[in-house]
Amino acid sequence: MAEAVVTTKGKESSAVEKRPAGFRLSNVGQETLVLGTTVVIFVLCAIFVTGFFTLPNIATLARSVSVLGILGVGMTVVVIGRGLDLAQVAILATCAAWSLKLIGMGFGLGTGLAMGLGLAILIGTMNGFAIAVIGIPALFTTLATGTFVYGIGRWLLLDGIITYVPDNQDFLIALGQGEIHGIPVPLVIFALVALVGHFILSRTTAGRFIYAFGDNAEAARLTGVSVRVLTIGQYTFSAAVAFLAGLVTAGSVASINTNVFSSSLIFDVLLIVVLGGVSLSGGRGSIASVLAGTALIGTLLNAMILLDIQGDVQNIVKSVVLLGAIALDRKLHPRDEETARQGDL
Amino acid sequence: MAETSIREALLRLRYRWSFQQFVAELLQKRWMEPVVPFTAAIVVILAFSFLIPNYFTIDNLVSTGRQFGEFGFVAIAIAIVIISGGIDLSVGSIFAMANFIALMMFNMFELSAPLAIALTVLAGATMGAVNGALIGFFGLGAFLTTLVTMLIFRAILNLLILRYSLEMAISMGDSRIWDWLGGGNLFGVPANILFLIIVAVIGHIFLSRGRPGWYIAAIGANRRAARHAGIPVERHLFMTYVVSGALTALGGVFYAARLNSPSSDTGVGMEVLALTAVVLGGVNLSGGKGTIGQALIGATIVLVLTNGLVRFGLVGGATSTFLGFMMLLAVGIDVKWSRNRHKAIEKIYVVPSYFKLGQRHDISPDGASAYALNNRLRDADAIGLGKLDGPEDVIFDREGNMYCGTREGFIWRFSGKNHETQEIFARTGGRPLGMAIDRDGNLIICVAGMGVYGVRPDRSVYKVTDETNRTFGKVIDDSRLSLADDLDIAPDGKIYFSEATLRYTAHTWATDALEGRGNGRIIMFDPVTGKTKTLLRDQIFPNGVCVAHDGKSVLFALTWACRIERYWIAGPKAGTLETLIADLPGLPDNINRASDGRYWLALVGLRTPAYDLAMEDPGFRTRMIKRIPNDEWLYPNINNGCVVKFDENGKILETLGDIGGKSHPSVTSMREERGYLYIGGLSNDRIGRVKLPDADPDWNGAASYWGKG
Repeated sequence: MAEAVVTTKGKESSAVEKRPAGFRLSNVGQETLVLGTTVVIFVLCAIFVTGFFTLPNIATLARSVSVLGILGVGMTVVVIGRGLDLAQVAILATCAAWSLKLIGMGFGLGTGLAMGLGLAILIGTMNGFAIAVIGIPALFTTLATGTFVYGIGRWLLLDGIITYVPDNQDFLIALGQGEIHGIPVPLVIFALVALVGHFILSRTTAGRFIYAFGDNAEAARLTGVSVRVLTIGQYTFSAAVAFLAGLVTAGSVASINTNVFSSSLIFDVLLIVVLGGVSLSGGRGSIASVLAGTALIGTLLNAMILLDIQGDVQNIVKSVVLLGAIALDRKLHPRDEETARQGDL
Repeated sequence: MAETSIREALLRLRYRWSFQQFVAELLQKRWMEPVVPFTAAIVVILAFSFLIPNYFTIDNLVSTGRQFGEFGFVAIAIAIVIISGGIDLSVGSIFAMANFIALMMFNMFELSAPLAIALTVLAGATMGAVNGALIGFFGLGAFLTTLVTMLIFRAILNLLILRYSLEMAISMGDSRIWDWLGGGNLFGVPANILFLIIVAVIGHIFLSRGRPGWYIAAIGANRRAARHAGIPVERHLFMTYVVSGALTALGGVFYAARLNSPSSDTGVGMEVLALTAVVLGGVNLSGGKGTIGQALIGATIVLVLTNGLVRFGLVGGATSTFLGFMMLLAVGIDVKWSRNRHKAIEKIYVVPSYFKLGQRHDISPDGASAYALNNRLRDADAIGLGKLDGPEDVIFDREGNMYCGTREGFIWRFSGKNHETQEIFARTGGRPLGMAIDRDGNLIICVAGMGVYGVRPDRSVYKVTDETNRTFGKVIDDSRLSLADDLDIAPDGKIYFSEATLRYTAHTWATDALEGRGNGRIIMFDPVTGKTKTLLRDQIFPNGVCVAHDGKSVLFALTWACRIERYWIAGPKAGTLETLIADLPGLPDNINRASDGRYWLALVGLRTPAYDLAMEDPGFRTRMIKRIPNDEWLYPNINNGCVVKFDENGKILETLGDIGGKSHPSVTSMREERGYLYIGGLSNDRIGRVKLPDADPDWNGAASYWGKG
């Protein structure tokens, strides 16, 4: 026994000797890489872009990325479990707007919020059910429920395209515009959501099971993980988080525009999640990835806005960055044709 | 007595033809897959034509048709990509881009219409190539990649429109071809529909008959297996996106010719619509399965639905709601159905019928009947023990060489005085069952799963026949021979053979017993004309076949019915059927000639009271099949049988058994040869040999048929 250990050690050391210690890209976590890139871009912007490195701008930056970050946390939990939630934006718009409408109708703050949240949770559970129990691929389920929820909102629940925050609802406004000790409330909410997400993923049994399920769904099922409940839980969490993001959005501009559904917001969410190193094939990544991705995209967007770059050009830049990120990811973690799962999109 | 027979007749009638069987067999058909979406399309169209006044006017149909022409191209494009196991979300942007490029080429640069179209399609193919290169060659995920390119193409388009919209608004191309493409028609068919039909037909042939199409489906079904099979996966994936881009661009061209408007919201949300269409049509999302036709059926449903909802005056929200709901419903049904279809078929495929058997004979060893069991087979010499896996039949040529077929599909030959030279004589590739020797000394074999094959003395294998005339109106294609069981050859060279059942295979044949229905047939092959003809249909598991000693009739065994039938092939009664022996105590298998002018009959198993009773109660068997797992079903006894001898009048003369089944539990065949009886068994591991004390020591089967030569 002892001898065997010794020889193994010997082999290891010889291997190390053959390949002298050096910087290897594939050994660096993607979130570290992204964070490093962010720092570089941040410093460059601070030097070259006028008005970037000022306190008001940093605060604006933080506010603007918070919604993205909040959605990103929800998306990360789902994506680590090898899913995808494209219904987030529809939930964000419809449920939050419905809440506002109910409050405006005199339902009271608590009731209105509870009903909005209830609707979000219902939709999330529906998503999870369709995916885990019926077995519809997540991509199509959430694409369809997104369209469905948006349609229901426009058709039955809401009156117009824009729903305004009712008068005298300081709490709601504060969610988007307030400050706590100088820190913007949206950023605080983002931090709290990230903390909760991190706690769930790294400190709870369910969180570890999400990783296990994302890495190898069949193995997790055979081990006795109740995968259906787990999946439903993921989508419910994501939906609830989307509702919260909706309230923050509503607070910051005092209204919700349901047309946000047709925007590329969901694409930005995917962007920060994938950029940070959460693999779409599941099981890899963490909340730190989202933080890194959010920081990078936030800095980029803010800089481009300050530079007065046109929206379409911004989109192209974002897209190329994302393409670069996933191409690099493929380079660092090449697809193994022998073990790759069928139906990975 | 009369009362029971009326009841019996009614029961027989009730179970004679089964709707359930019809449905189960229908569900197995491949062309049944698009039937559901097709019906849905018809229903949707009819519903709207009733609900909306003036729906079926020419104007409306033509305007819907023009939209359909454009949308159809996109649906085909996305279908091809999905069949390859990918997805293309960028079709909406490519469509809009093509619309813009076509207008730019035609209006601004004033190129001729054909050139403008060619350049646009080329541009579409190039955009597709970007997707294809990233996905095929760089191995990126299709979903994310096309999502990103969708945004990139759209952003570039917006920039282009911003830059050129003014110049485009003032310039205007003029071409009759262009106008015809946008608004013209041929015999009332809009131009774009015409092109769509052409593309669809070519696409269908390409996908279902061409090598690239097969490769694409193979990659979509199982990428790893396709790679292992040597299919250039990367190149074909690349090509699907190029084709998708080109087809989408073609759709965009027609859109441009029709509306002449480079609007920036062209094609927004089109990818979701096309995706919904393709899925509604029944193209499998996980890849590998789907046709152009299905994509177009789905496109029809989606277009009629969205148009109809708009004409109802419903707001955009309602359309989204319906679209989302339909998509969820369609994919849900698709997923559930494709996962459980085989289970559904399994549940209803077995359809028991009523069958009543007569009194069982006394077979107890100390009984007085000719069926009285004994142990004469127990101490049979074992030949090929440990080498043979399931020799169903055994036969001898004129020289006394012994042949038998095994589960692996081999034909073994045993030669030498005591069969000591043992070799694999030929390989059939199927499951060899009954055998016969023809006039020229060829070995003619029934091969389950293949048909009737022959082996020449030089070991070459050739096909005798593998198809017969198809029965009109039968759901199952009965022109192929699926379970040829046993055969014999008449003096004129015609080969008479049995096909045990049409509904089950060489692995599941025992399940046919639970039906007790006439699923088998007797078929004749005429070597002179080369034609195969079905003589008798709806026979209850026809098994052993033997041409009578005088060559004027064919005897065959009906296993589940426990009967021996005689079919006259010559003489005054030619073409008529009569029962020779009814209510055997066991399930009859092969019949062969004996040296004394009589016949040997193998009983594969002996009847049991419980199973006889079950045969009289189809309801009981139906419940059993539905409610308990397969391995706990009550089957007939096919584990313990014997050999009996009968004469020309069907009188049973003697029995050779193996009580307890030590050496020969289930006997499927026996062959007399030079004073010995050789025993075969479908699931045995040997050929048994028993000395027959009173038999002619020089008698040879082949010589009895064809003379001493």
